[in-house]
This record gives sequence, structure tokens and C-alpha cells, in this order.
Amino acid sequence: MSLVEATSGGSLKIVGGRLIDGTGAESDNIALLILDGRIAASGDTAKRATATETVNAEGCVITPGFVDLCCNLREPGNGQKGNISSETRAAAHGGFTTVCASPETSPVNDSGAVTHLIRDVAATRSPIHVLPVGAVTRGLEGDLLSDMAGLAAAGCVAVGNGSKGVRNARILRRCMAYAQTFGLTVMFSPENQALAADGYAHDGLVTSRLGLLGIPEVAETAAVMEMILLAEETGVRLHLSQLSCARSVDMLAEARRRGVAVTADVAMHQLIFTESALAGFDSRFHVRPPLRREADRKALIAGVRAGTIDAIVSQHQPHDSAAKQAPLAATEPGLSSVESVLSLGLELVELNEMTLPELVRALTAGPAAAIGRKASLAEGEIADLCVFDPEEYWTPGKDTLVSAGRHAPITGRELPGVVRLTVAAGRIAWQPVAG
Amino acid sequence: MTANDPSPHHLQLTRDGQLRHFLTLDGLDRELLTDILDTADSFIEVGERTIKKVPLLRGRTVVNLFFESSTRTRSTFELAAKRLSADVLNLDISTSATSKGESLSDTLLNLEAMASDMFVVRHSQSGAPHFIAESVTPGVAIINAGDGRHAHPTQAMLDMLTIRQHKGTFDGLKVAIVGDVLHSRVARSQIRALNELGAAEVRVIAPGTLLPKDVESLGCSVEYDMAKGMKDLDVVIMLRLQKERMEGALLPSEREFYRLYGLSQEKLALAHPKCIVMHPGPINRGVEIESAVADGPHSVILNQVTNGIAIRMAVMSMAMGGQVAERQKKQSERARA
Repeated sequence: MSLVEATSGGSLKIVGGRLIDGTGAESDNIALLILDGRIAASGDTAKRATATETVNAEGCVITPGFVDLCCNLREPGNGQKGNISSETRAAAHGGFTTVCASPETSPVNDSGAVTHLIRDVAATRSPIHVLPVGAVTRGLEGDLLSDMAGLAAAGCVAVGNGSKGVRNARILRRCMAYAQTFGLTVMFSPENQALAADGYAHDGLVTSRLGLLGIPEVAETAAVMEMILLAEETGVRLHLSQLSCARSVDMLAEARRRGVAVTADVAMHQLIFTESALAGFDSRFHVRPPLRREADRKALIAGVRAGTIDAIVSQHQPHDSAAKQAPLAATEPGLSSVESVLSLGLELVELNEMTLPELVRALTAGPAAAIGRKASLAEGEIADLCVFDPEEYWTPGKDTLVSAGRHAPITGRELPGVVRLTVAAGRIAWQPVAG
Repeated sequence: MTANDPSPHHLQLTRDGQLRHFLTLDGLDRELLTDILDTADSFIEVGERTIKKVPLLRGRTVVNLFFESSTRTRSTFELAAKRLSADVLNLDISTSATSKGESLSDTLLNLEAMASDMFVVRHSQSGAPHFIAESVTPGVAIINAGDGRHAHPTQAMLDMLTIRQHKGTFDGLKVAIVGDVLHSRVARSQIRALNELGAAEVRVIAPGTLLPKDVESLGCSVEYDMAKGMKDLDVVIMLRLQKERMEGALLPSEREFYRLYGLSQEKLALAHPKCIVMHPGPINRGVEIESAVADGPHSVILNQVTNGIAIRMAVMSMAMGGQVAERQKKQSERARA
């Protein structure tokens, strides 16, 4: 069911269930009334109200809608891998009500015209909110500044470099200074291109054994330090995207203690898998930054728990099957992940590696704050929410995934957490088909 | 938490532990490696006959699928297949289909349509034979003839056969591998084989720029100083160093590499008096090794070449045997059902 088909003009009531609001507050047996796209009432008032449609959420968890700071929608261009319609429906299936669209499109989102195109398509075909991120340099080539004023005016919430590096520190400094002029947040995936070179896996035990080309940890940590120092100097708001190393978390924490305006995220797969996932040359786990050591995985989880890392992202990258059907080095990096983020997070909760409120915070309030937004179910707020059953299981596979990309991190294995309802701006964005 | 364990050794063995593909030495136990050496031993005699053929692969089609050029390795695989009476097709893929934009998967589908029984694969990317083994129809065997920096298992096994011929046993042996370990698929396979077969010590001797990260995790010690590293050695294996890698960011010059890590008679004198000298070839004389050493009494380099054919015959016949046994087993299971 799409946004335009859903409960437009009517009201929706959700009763029962446990609300976790992303700030640590929890309440049981709740009631929410949604009217005109907003939370109109809660508690007893909502319980007494009549509505066009009522959802019984008993046994479920109700949270603000998840916010994804890094999602590849593949449109414009790359239609064989997915499009705004298919990938936002997949995101809604995963409980997301807002996705930040990566600038890595074809053409690259480096002008107001491309941003307008993305927003226009999303307005009619997406059941959830799509917030474009503009390219910080023209064509993401790392050489020339993009039209940041135009990108901001067209509705970009930030500018970034997608998964590409910026050629050198001088250009990086100018990108930051220029973005700061317009109050834009810069979202950078920290990677020193010279050190990463042609690598595609963590430079460690597995690369040594299998003879893969490694990306050393220092390719990330050197870039993190450089970016923090430059952000400090230029005064820009910096968001570090998809950290993968323990030392990056330490440097981030230290910078925040110093008062630098820096936030950060981590991809869910970095909290679950390690370099050993590549032991059988499994191209699904060819991701960038690469999966690293167990010590890094643990430090990243600790970073999320402590709030040092603000957000967990999907880093969703749908591909056609040919992109992954080749020897490892020749495959394209990225996982089709937006539908399994919640379930993988719930596995971490089951294993006591994270609490449910910590997971919810990193999927809602944390990422929302990083782009200057709110994720709240208080009365008067926009009704973006997710209702999921943490006790129910599903199996990712070709019959259950909505995304055009089928290379999910875990296919064929039962995972906890089924999304029962996703509501964006008061409209039903996802609801399983009955029967 | 990791993905399901898809290690290459699960792919290359049948349910009964027989060889089905030969992709890497990882996961192969001492007993199987010794079987390969013993089988190869029995094939050495075939090369000494007037009619150098046995009928083990008669009627089978072996395709040498070389995505990377190699005269020596391809020739020995071709000879091995022919001595087993197979029909052999040599394909130099680097200059044909894939350069026209065809994907590896499509190339394979076309070759399989020609009813091939075995692909001998050399590829510049680590894991390519593993990918092919996962993609091909059941019943087709894949032999790794060298992939990227990952593995060159037949080369390592012919080295093991050569060592066994000269030393009798691996127990207590001290072996050093010298030179470009970073880029060497041969070294990775050799270290694995030596450890599994019971060598007392495997050392790698190289500058830091030519060693992989955490190289000790492969099962070896590291020595930067060749004079120290040569002490008490029973076997020294010199690696080929590609000249294009000599200068620039990895090494200052050919001359400096030779001075520090080239095997001269003077350095060889520091090893055990009966130390043998090996090299996978082709040799860069005066870069990795002094001519007097390469041609001297300690050198077993030409034995390695001869043994290459026997090892490749052994591996091809064993993998084909494993495939046939697996197929027969499945057929009888189906018949019983």
C-alpha cells in the first residue's frame, strides 16, 4: 500500500503495545490517535476517541519511525539495481519512515536540478520521506566544489561524498569552509584514498591468508583525525559516515569532549559481522568500509551504547545479481540491508550486546538529531512511527524481500522482528498483506 | 557472529573426504596431502616410459582456462592431462571472450556447453577458481593453477614432493621462504603445506614492504636479516620477484634487494651444509639468486619442474576420481529412493 493510497483524510488509532520513544522513555499499553498526519492525542483521550481505522498493537513495540542517514535508492540512473519506488517500499518494510538518499546516483546529485528530480519522484512514488544528500564535489570526483547553495535551496539536508574519498586535504578543507557558509552539515565517509588504494577487504588475518588486497585501519583513522581537525578549524558541522574501526570511536569521543560539532554513524552489518565473513570469498560481504576485527565490532557496539556513535544506518546498496556474480575483487561493494537492520539489531538485543532502548535510540532520535530533526511521538508531532513484533520471526529471501537487491546479509535464516505497521506522515507506508 | 562457514575446503572435498576440486591447501589434512605425494610418486615412472601415457582420463575433456598468461604452468598441466590420456583444450581467455565484455559466468556457461569435465584455472584475482567451483555444474572438477595472491596449491605440492625426495621426511625440517611473500600465492600455499606435513620451523625472510599484514598468523616466523635467517636451514625457497615491483615504493633498487636478500654462495654457506635450494621459476638471475647457486650442487630447481607434471597428474586423477565417486553415490541414492 502506498502513501497516496493509504488513510488520507481519515484517522488512525493504535492501541496496546509498548512504546519506546528513542529518548529512553517507555510506556506500556499505549494509545495514539493520528489525524491529519500528526499525533492528535495519546493516552486516555486517544483511547476514548473513535477513528476510521484501529490497529491493535498488543505484544508489539511502537517507536518513532526509523531514520536512515545512508540509503542508496539508485534513481536517477541504475534502474537495473532498483529505484526510488522499490527501495523506499523496502525501507518502509524495514520500519524506516525517513531515508537520506545518497548522492551516488547517475547523474550524481550535485545540482539543484537532480535534487528536484529526486524529490519530485519521491513525492509521488515513495511511501516515506526522502531527504536528498547532495554531492560535496562535482560528480563526486573530489576536485571541484559542487553548487552547495543550489543543493541547499533545492532541499538537500546535507552534502557528502557518498562512499568516495576526497582527493586531498586542501580540497576537503575548502569543501568544509564552503558548506559552513550555508550552514550545511557535511557527511563524510572517512577514507584516505592513497592508503586504501585498490583494497577491498580489511588488511588483516583474512586478507593475509586469502591473498586479498587490504584496506588498512589507518586508511580510516587517518581520515577521521584529518576531518575532525579540519571541521574544528572551519567550524562546519561534521557527520562521519559508516565508521568501522575501534580507534575511530576513540577519536570521535575525544573530539566531542573538546566540543567539536561532530556526529557519526555505523552500518548495522559492522555491528554483526567481522572480516571472517569473507573466509569463503563470499561476495555479499564485500562492503566498504570493509568488515574488520572482532575488537572493532565490539568497540563500535560500545560506541553506539554510549551514544558516541549517534546512529545505526542501513548503508543499503541494492545490486542486480550480475554485480555480485564474479570473483570477489570484481564484485561491487554493498549489501541489500534496509529490510534487515531492525532484525539484526534485535539479534544483538537477544545476545545482550545492546538493549532495545539503545537500539531504538540509534535508529530514531540519534539519526534524526544528526540532521537537525526530531523523532518523537509526542502530541502535535508528525506521525512517523513503526510498530513491530519482536517475538515474531521471518526469513529474508527472494519471496520476502521487497528491495530489487536480493543480496541481504542473512538469507535463508530466521530473524526476529516483523514490522507490522509503518506510518509516515500519518499514512500507512507498510502493512503486511493479510493471509 | 559470522556468516555460514563457506571455507574453500568444504567445497573441494566430497562427503567421503575425497578430492572433488583442488582450490587451496587450507583444510586438507596431512593424510590427504601425503596421498597426493604418494600418487605423484607413482606417476614419476610414467614420464620415464617410451610411451608416456596411462588411461585414467581417457575420454575426458580438460580445459586449460588461463586468464593470465603462463607458459610453464600451462605446459605442465597440458602434459599431465595428456599423459592421463585426456583431450586437452587450451584457452587463453585474457585475449578473447572477457576482453570483449563477456562476464566470467557467461564464459563458463559457454565452455560447460561444450561438455568439459575439468577446468584448470589461472586467474589474476584471488578466489576466482573458488567462484568458478561454486558456479559450475556438479561433476565438473576445478583445479587451481594459481589465483591472484591467494594460492598455487599444485606448485606448493610439487615443492613438497621435491623436499621429500631429498630429505626423506618433513619432521624436524627448518625451511625459509625468501623474498616477495606479499604478492606470492606460492608462499601462502607452501607455508600451509609445510606446517601440515610437520616441518619444525617455517621462516619468511623479507623486508617489511614485501610481507603481508600479520604474516605470522599464516604459521611462520619473520626474519628481516637474511644472514640470521639462513642459520641451520635445511631448505631455502627463493621466490620470484617481479622486476616491475623492484623500484618505487616497495624497494629502493634491484641492486639493494640482491645485496640484502639475494641468495649468494656466501649466504648459502651460513645454512646447513646439506641445505637444498628451490625456486618456483622463472628465475631472475642476479636479482633473487646468483647463477652459481641456481646451477650449483645444492639447487633442485630442475627437479621441481619434473615433479610438476607428476603432481598435476596426481591431483587431476584424484579430483576426477572424487567427482565420479560422488556422482555414482548420488545415482545409487536416487535408485534406492
